[in-house]
Amino acid sequence: MENPSTSKVVLLACGSFNPITNMHLRMFELARDHLEDTGQYSVIKGIISPVGDAYKKKGLIEASHRVEMARLATESSEWITVDSWESQQSDWVETAKVMRHHYEELLAREHNRDNVDTVKYTKKRRIEENYIASSVHHRKRDGPQLMLLCGADVLESFGIPNLWKQEDVAEIVGRYGLVCITRSGGDPHKFINQSDELWKYRKNIHIVHEWVMNDISATHVRRALRRGRSVRYLLPESVIHYIQEHGLYSAESEQKNADVVLAPFQKYSDASTSG
Amino acid sequence: MASCRVPLVLLACGSFNPITNQHMRLFELARDHMHSTGRYEVVGGIVSPVSDGYGKQGLVPAKHRISMAKLALQSSNWVTVDEWESQQPDWTETVVTMRYHYGRILKEYEQSAERHSDASGNFASPSSPFPQLKLLCGADFLSSFKIPGLWLDDHVEELVERFGLVCVSRGSLQPERAVHESDTLFRHRRNVFLVREWVRNETSATEIRRALRRDLSVKYLIPDSVMEYIRQHKLYTEDSERRNEGTALRPLIKQAHQPIKSLDD
Repeated sequence: MENPSTSKVVLLACGSFNPITNMHLRMFELARDHLEDTGQYSVIKGIISPVGDAYKKKGLIEASHRVEMARLATESSEWITVDSWESQQSDWVETAKVMRHHYEELLAREHNRDNVDTVKYTKKRRIEENYIASSVHHRKRDGPQLMLLCGADVLESFGIPNLWKQEDVAEIVGRYGLVCITRSGGDPHKFINQSDELWKYRKNIHIVHEWVMNDISATHVRRALRRGRSVRYLLPESVIHYIQEHGLYSAESEQKNADVVLAPFQKYSDASTSG
Repeated sequence: MASCRVPLVLLACGSFNPITNQHMRLFELARDHMHSTGRYEVVGGIVSPVSDGYGKQGLVPAKHRISMAKLALQSSNWVTVDEWESQQPDWTETVVTMRYHYGRILKEYEQSAERHSDASGNFASPSSPFPQLKLLCGADFLSSFKIPGLWLDDHVEELVERFGLVCVSRGSLQPERAVHESDTLFRHRRNVFLVREWVRNETSATEIRRALRRDLSVKYLIPDSVMEYIRQHKLYTEDSERRNEGTALRPLIKQAHQPIKSLDD
């Protein structure tokens, strides 16, 4: 971290977090280890940004619960935080726009260190220290970099028609950057190679290999909860208590948004028929 | 739970070097599965770390492995740590460990039955069945039975006939094949319970130690309390990984026919 040539990085993870699992949290740890190991980066903060209810994904429960569970899950982390901005927007927000929002926040904070999100004081101070520690050696005035943290499935979803706008993909990987956690089985390098768009920005795409297979999907967790099976050790105890207390994830909640088209498909297929 | 269900205790033997979330998951999966048979009520789980005499490379002292397992299981209301096996001066065969625990469980059962009969002025109620003890193990364990000279035939027989196995697999057909290929296991197949784990999670203790040696994060793979304990006691370094290096496993010395420990990595 004392290396004067390291760039500060903030990692942003977008997703449903329905509910957050240990695997989501592991992705942050893996990404930080990987980026810092290159000697070029120091990761100063992680942001979890749960999607808004307007995303209309099947079984997506209220954002207030998903944000609260993510907050509980990150209580024991010194650097991972939760931001509710995206979840509070009435419409679904494209990931590129979410990145723009957070990048502007980061730049603003560079000028006046005014923390706007709801982070506990100790964590806030720790993150502030990270900023300062890395900026002491930062004579050149380049702000922190924001990178999107995702699984290999997101990278591969760039190829699904009508899910992403191509200019958004270019903005995410071209202007910001991507940290992609891959599990054995997938081959993200091949995927990048086969896409001219991604190939152009390959230097902004960081592939992290996950050696310890840890494939806890939120879908699996919800299924186990519906069936009254144990989910202990798959997600933090505090989140399990919260789910029990509020009676979340039942057969009914899984029917939410059934037969509703996912917001991005609605948005882009409308655009393509009208344009 | 209906009282006609058989009270069942699950025993896991292994290095627990260190205990991981995955070890604790095995217990949860096994309990759910045994409950879903409708015939058992899981009344307890026991983590039994192997003794230092096992001679496995990188095995840190039992007192640390015990402490870590206790910290990890603080939040569990049904799985506990037992030190008996770890305190034996020599490595103990799994079947011998099972005999010890079953004797202990039976004694407790008889005492509670006596208390029951004292109170009612009658013999223990015949509606409450005898408790059972089964070995909880991972998928590769069953395959170890067919390695020539590794197991004593009568130990395999006793393990599956008298006690029983609950084996958690990670989606391969390995356990089914092992039962199919062994006449002993096949004969007692009704006492071998195969549990399917749908979440791929291969957090082995070996990977945890490797990450710790390399100063990589293991957060969310093992409990925070265990992470903190490892940090405080500076366990799992390149030096600790060289413990017992070049030493033959105790089972292979003690007797040419010994079982591989379950839940081992």
